[in-house]
Amino acid sequence: MTQFTQQTTFYTEDHEWVTVHGDLATVGITRYAAEQLGDVVFVETPEVGKTFKKGDDMAVVESVKAASDVYAPLSGEVVDTNSALADSPETVNEHPEGEGWFCVIKFSDGAETRNLMDKDAYFEFCKGQ
Amino acid sequence: MADQANDTLRRTPLHDLHQEHGGKMVPFAGYEMPVQFEGVKPEHLWTREHAGLFDVSHMGPCFLYLKEGLGQPGAHEKISALIERLVPSAISTLKPGQGRLTVLLNEDGGILDDLIITRMPDASLDGMLYIVVNGAVKHDDWALIREKLAGEAELQTADDRILVALQGPEAEAVLTPHFPEAAELSFMRCAHVQKDGQRYMVSRCGYTGEDGFELLLPNNETGLAYVRNLLGDERVKPIGLGARDSLRLEAGLCLYGHDMDASRTPVEADLQWVIQKSRRERADFPGAEKILKQIAEGPAEKRVGILPLERAPAREGTEIHVDGQLVGMVTSGGFGPSTDSPVAMGYVRADLANPGTKIDLMVRGKARAGEVAALPFVQPNYKR
Repeated sequence: MTQFTQQTTFYTEDHEWVTVHGDLATVGITRYAAEQLGDVVFVETPEVGKTFKKGDDMAVVESVKAASDVYAPLSGEVVDTNSALADSPETVNEHPEGEGWFCVIKFSDGAETRNLMDKDAYFEFCKGQ
Repeated sequence: MADQANDTLRRTPLHDLHQEHGGKMVPFAGYEMPVQFEGVKPEHLWTREHAGLFDVSHMGPCFLYLKEGLGQPGAHEKISALIERLVPSAISTLKPGQGRLTVLLNEDGGILDDLIITRMPDASLDGMLYIVVNGAVKHDDWALIREKLAGEAELQTADDRILVALQGPEAEAVLTPHFPEAAELSFMRCAHVQKDGQRYMVSRCGYTGEDGFELLLPNNETGLAYVRNLLGDERVKPIGLGARDSLRLEAGLCLYGHDMDASRTPVEADLQWVIQKSRRERADFPGAEKILKQIAEGPAEKRVGILPLERAPAREGTEIHVDGQLVGMVTSGGFGPSTDSPVAMGYVRADLANPGTKIDLMVRGKARAGEVAALPFVQPNYKR
């Protein structure tokens, strides 16, 4: 099983960031995604204890414009969720890659990180969007 | 709204201007249109406080006129009698330059479109109506009107021109130096302006709940220069389709194809006010029997405002439940930047249509508290 002794951040093609440390992964949406969405007005974070397979619908982020699904970047169980977003969804626009995190997953298969991008690859990916 | 592949999309005369202002272009009603510039929320709030400029050239402005006898006594009565075969509103009683919202009906009383019909202000053009229909269905509307009035009236389309809306509390102050006639108009009144050898239609109406104007301008350098002048005013910003939708939703105004369609009558859509008393008495419009019965007895379902009481927006297609039973559906929903809350509208069983009725909004399978609310969500700012 892949272990992450150092904190490492990966990115998905759906514009989520995943910071892994040990067997825990903190998940949110990237600054690029937050800017594309515009003003975030509601976030539905997953409940603690729920399990997801990689690619499942995990959370929903709603802007003035539309509702967008957020997919589980890794398989695992939700062990923490950012309840502050219920009262201040705008945090996602202000600090998308920090205080605007969505949830923490205890992931079951570290090898799944192999299809995720590192920062440079994600930067290139966004340029092509 | 039929979204089409990018290569078949039409462009409005303001396309380059949108790109200069950083508009994010999307397919809409067969056109490439700006969905946003700076962002939906700031554009929405700017319009409510200052003035927003909307490109609505994708819509369907047209002129309907008598084949013979334009400007002669009785001409307005003649053209009104023709169009009143298709709409339930009193057109004959319009004063010169007065406009009225109405609906195009099928034989079952279903709504084919909503439109504004205006009597031309000029006496010499009595017998001509200025009509603006929705962009998404304009070709169907025009074909229907031409078919039903063949041999009696001519329809000239004007969707090759520039049609813009200037909306917001500062719209009058912005527009008056360019069109002094604008200040004289009250809500739903129109001027036909002749200037520099060109003609313009200036109407005091809109789709935001704010005071404002719609301008039909020639598609040439002069028309473009007007739009550039308006946008050059520091009180004016360009506004995209995103804010247009949130503004009209807060104002309780229907979006055709969503909040009403051919399966809904004007009574169900809570638009029976477009049917004036004289037309109810004459009962001579399409679907009159069904519609008058609904007015007398009440419809089974009715369009209402819906206020989600939690922070989650209830969008189009959200089921409305009471005691676990399906009682209706959201037809438009989103977040209102001015109300700073989610807002929606939809249809519910008529016995549940009173404001304050508690309902459950089934957002992604979860029941969220909501209530039926009076429309509009923001007080209109029309100049009566």
